[in-house]
Amino acid sequence: MKNERYELNKELAQMLKGGVIMDVTNAEQAKIAEAAGACAVMALERIPADIRAAGGVSRMSDPKLIKEIQAAVTIPVMAKVRIGHFVEAQILEALEIDYIDESEVLSPADNIYHINKNEFKVPFVCGAKNLGEALRRISEGASMIRTKGEPGTGDVIQAVVHMRLIQGEMRAVKALREDELYNKAKELEVPIDLLQYVHEHGKLPVVNFAAGGVATPADAALMMQLGAEGVFVGSGIFKSGNPAHRAQAIVKAVTNFRDAKVLAEVSENLGEAMVGINEEEIKILMRERGI
Amino acid sequence: MRIGVLALQGAFEEHINMLKELNVDAFEIRQKKDLEQEMDGLILPGGESTTMYKLLNDLHMFDLIKEKIEHGLAVFGTCAGLLLLAKKVNNHSTSYIQTMNIVAKKNAFGRQLGSFRTTGSFDSLMDVPFVFIRAPYIESVGEDVTVLATVEGLIVAAKEKNQLVTAFHPELTKDLTIHKYFIDMIKENLE
Repeated sequence: MKNERYELNKELAQMLKGGVIMDVTNAEQAKIAEAAGACAVMALERIPADIRAAGGVSRMSDPKLIKEIQAAVTIPVMAKVRIGHFVEAQILEALEIDYIDESEVLSPADNIYHINKNEFKVPFVCGAKNLGEALRRISEGASMIRTKGEPGTGDVIQAVVHMRLIQGEMRAVKALREDELYNKAKELEVPIDLLQYVHEHGKLPVVNFAAGGVATPADAALMMQLGAEGVFVGSGIFKSGNPAHRAQAIVKAVTNFRDAKVLAEVSENLGEAMVGINEEEIKILMRERGI
Repeated sequence: MRIGVLALQGAFEEHINMLKELNVDAFEIRQKKDLEQEMDGLILPGGESTTMYKLLNDLHMFDLIKEKIEHGLAVFGTCAGLLLLAKKVNNHSTSYIQTMNIVAKKNAFGRQLGSFRTTGSFDSLMDVPFVFIRAPYIESVGEDVTVLATVEGLIVAAKEKNQLVTAFHPELTKDLTIHKYFIDMIKENLE
């Protein structure tokens, strides 16, 4: 029964593939995102760029806000909990959230332990910056992975680094001899069965999206060409000049990520992109949270 | 035989893999020019119906897809694909392609916690695995529609002339029964 629930949760992620999941902070934004073609929304009180600006401790959103967003749209609604905060996750499960993001964007509640996601019925997505992190999160019960990137910056560099690293490490695992996998599992600190899956299939056993710094249609297509199966856009949309327009353009770019002509069309006249901060200019590196 | 799979968003790759197992020539439809190719059948996969509908419009594919189905192209819609084809989606403000005389209900089993799997009979076939992910069901069917499967009295698969729909996802199982059924439908359609 438990295994069956996990399969269903991985399968919901399969339905999100080729899509864009957008951060929204109220019901009105959620409707804009849905109308623009988002395949799901992430409900949160403040988008990552504003979390950076405000500082302090950031936590799970108010359940009232989440309920308002659930009532406003028919697409799946996701929400974030702090790393290790299993009670926030229990609360979101009680709200029948469609996906929980155990996220480094919020202030971590535990500096050692992640949530034992196998104990929950609702699915979890987790961030990873390398193959070891990805497989550890999957062993804890995550049914979807995303790159960490560097959220709230509008700077795509870290998402690129993490996606290239994960893909490259998977290619290397695929090339190993079978008897070398045991030592590799030890090095990566991951369960052998998950590593054997990667060795055999050359991919993660769950869907893998890009996240953290995606701000333009070109950024989104870049991540897709690097092997992402879909894209999270956080601050990039509602911190830009014309959110609805930009959101639609990114949706189209993800569908036709290999067609430069389409990408040129959708990139035209989008208004101002989010201002962005270079990743060297930021104080808090969210990607270092939760390893 | 060539089958096009709408590849705007969602689980299209899973359908293509199943068609390949059945030695059918399958291709992705991402743009209007892909839709203009010759094909014997079309699959509308699972995913988000609002996303696919938006892209069908934005990429100028909507009229052509509707026209092809109205002119008899065999089409198979799973989950979101069912919603796209339904004449009416009761609890949703927009209706989509509207070529099939069924009334559907979106997210009819609730949110992700309501997703489930079971087995059932499909037409005359027994023990077919059904996977429901935030699935719709069919509330009512029109005159020429044949009900092919029910779960606890709710209609989850139906057929009308050249159109086949399932609220569940055969492409998420290893069972090729429903895809074979669609291919037989195409063969009949071509005769």
